[in-house]
Amino acid sequence: MRCSGLMAERKLIVPPDDVASMIDTAAGLMELQETIFPGGLVAQDQNVIEFRQVTKRFGTVAAVADNNLSVKAGEFLSILGPSGCGKTTSLRMMAGFEQPTSGEVFIRGQNVTGVPAYRRPVNMVFQHYALFPHLSVADNVSYGLRQRTPRPSASDISKAVDEALAMVRLDGYGKRRSYELSGGQLQRVALARALINRPAVLLLDEPLAALDRKLRRDMQIELQNLQRDVGITFLLVTHDQEEALSMSDRVCVMREGKIVQTGSPRELYDRPVNRYVADFVGKTNFFKGPSTDETLSVRPEMIEIAASVARLPEGLAARVPVKVLNRIFLGEHTEYRVASEALGEFMVMAPRKSEREAGVYDIGDMIAAGWRAESERILPNT
Amino acid sequence: MKERRSRALTAALLAPAAMFFVFLLLVPLVVVLVFSFGVRGPAGGYQAGFTFDNYLNLAARGKAFYNTLTLAPLATLLTALFAFPMAYFLALKANPKYRVALLVLVMAPFWTSQLLRYYAWIMLLGNKGIPSWLAWIGIHDVRIINTPVAVLIGAVYGFLPLMVPPIYVSLEKLDKRLLEASADLGATPVRTFFQVTLPLALPGVAMGSMLVFILLMGDYILPQFLGGGKVFFIGNALVDLFLQSRNWPFGAAVSVALVAIMFVTIYFYMRFVLSKTDTRRAALV
Repeated sequence: MRCSGLMAERKLIVPPDDVASMIDTAAGLMELQETIFPGGLVAQDQNVIEFRQVTKRFGTVAAVADNNLSVKAGEFLSILGPSGCGKTTSLRMMAGFEQPTSGEVFIRGQNVTGVPAYRRPVNMVFQHYALFPHLSVADNVSYGLRQRTPRPSASDISKAVDEALAMVRLDGYGKRRSYELSGGQLQRVALARALINRPAVLLLDEPLAALDRKLRRDMQIELQNLQRDVGITFLLVTHDQEEALSMSDRVCVMREGKIVQTGSPRELYDRPVNRYVADFVGKTNFFKGPSTDETLSVRPEMIEIAASVARLPEGLAARVPVKVLNRIFLGEHTEYRVASEALGEFMVMAPRKSEREAGVYDIGDMIAAGWRAESERILPNT
Repeated sequence: MKERRSRALTAALLAPAAMFFVFLLLVPLVVVLVFSFGVRGPAGGYQAGFTFDNYLNLAARGKAFYNTLTLAPLATLLTALFAFPMAYFLALKANPKYRVALLVLVMAPFWTSQLLRYYAWIMLLGNKGIPSWLAWIGIHDVRIINTPVAVLIGAVYGFLPLMVPPIYVSLEKLDKRLLEASADLGATPVRTFFQVTLPLALPGVAMGSMLVFILLMGDYILPQFLGGGKVFFIGNALVDLFLQSRNWPFGAAVSVALVAIMFVTIYFYMRFVLSKTDTRRAALV
């Protein structure tokens, strides 16, 4: 039943009369929700995965420390952080490959602490895909269905495989072997192999790291569309801030086993809670803050430049004469590295549009830079 | 110019192996083939001739063929069954710190002479060995030495060190993430073993089995020591024909039959293994 629901739910139309009769009883209501949200989400706001004070130690090192992460049903959440921040360990504790040293893990409201990976309703896309080399694409994709008891019929399985391959645009690739596929195709087989099981959450462990830049862009868009289409909760682990910001509904920034900030990409970018988040998410300039524990942060695209201080627009909070040290042409904008006697070196992003009005500055030119008060962020150094 | 030089270098590097192959394998094989159609000389040895009598007479040594063709595959299978858990433990469960030391221990029996080891087994399996211990706990009249069981025990013991390393290597290079992927997709540890670990270790099992099978098929020391003339192999028949009764043409015919049987068996075995595994991986074997 659950396997054939793979595609069914996308084109599902429930006649109004049926809806009325279905919601007559509480059981009917559950059934309706099961049809609309296959995988058994009961309420959209519920946390599909919840960590309660989860700590994981390897020897004396705490890879994850007192973590209270929660993943909401239906969202695309990214865990972002440098290597060694505990993001992969968190993911592995959700999958069941690692068990927490202390604390509890809940999936769909059920305590799964201590439950092994093969009994958890989540699936993972591995960093290097981990496709079975001795099996064809179709056998890889159907692997999860074939582990179920009772085992679905051969015709149900082959139908589900065809649908899953169509979903990742690999129609007709079932008979191929993994070594006959390109990196992007392997990636999509890994996705199909996980999604065919309709997991409560799809766990993605740096899934795009092995792809080249162009392909990574395409896959980012494809992943986002896929998530919207299948309505499954996605949890992505990455060290690439651009990837996290561009795809996710929410991003959770981690450092040294702890969550530093969780929020929408826009929140993280515009209102970082501290210097660490501002530095990790996007580019920024740091200046001396009002106290030794604080730093002033100004995003480079918020800084305006002009040929002289007098030519800067009105109403700026700061205006300083600067010298151009470097100029990097980046297409949609130009990045200047400038130095001021009072503030030191900093970075400015000038949009192409401004160049049309003011022209391009050369290295060594003495110009002026300034920004508005609302562009300043005073952040704790922690 | 450069290409010609590299080609000459390739030829020079291949020459020793090619010479070895031609003069020590191909030529003798042709000689044996020619001999097998000849007749026995008046005082033994070989006399030129052309007859199929030697081949028609093969049934006279049927017992040796029967013993070899049943016990060699059986012993190979048993050796693989004993070796797999050892290799599995070494590759996946043992502390990596001690892995090399343990692997060396597996090979340790090779440090002493084969004859010495078989003599030890004669003691152990003989009437004053295990059967006498069994009698002590009330199980009487067990005969092990000079039976097929003794040959099988000796074969498993003797060839285990050859079977473990190839299986170990294939399990060692098995990507551990595949096991996690299998668990992640809902397979219990037992199913993961049969669906992922075993199929991917099959090239190693095939390699080890081939090695042991070929050596067993031509073995004559093991059946002579532990089979005591009662359980004899084709190898024993050849020793008898060439050195005792000096019927070289008939011995040659037995040899040709042995080579032919091995060739056919290995061919079909490899085809089976290749069909069961990813062809690219198995191509290593």
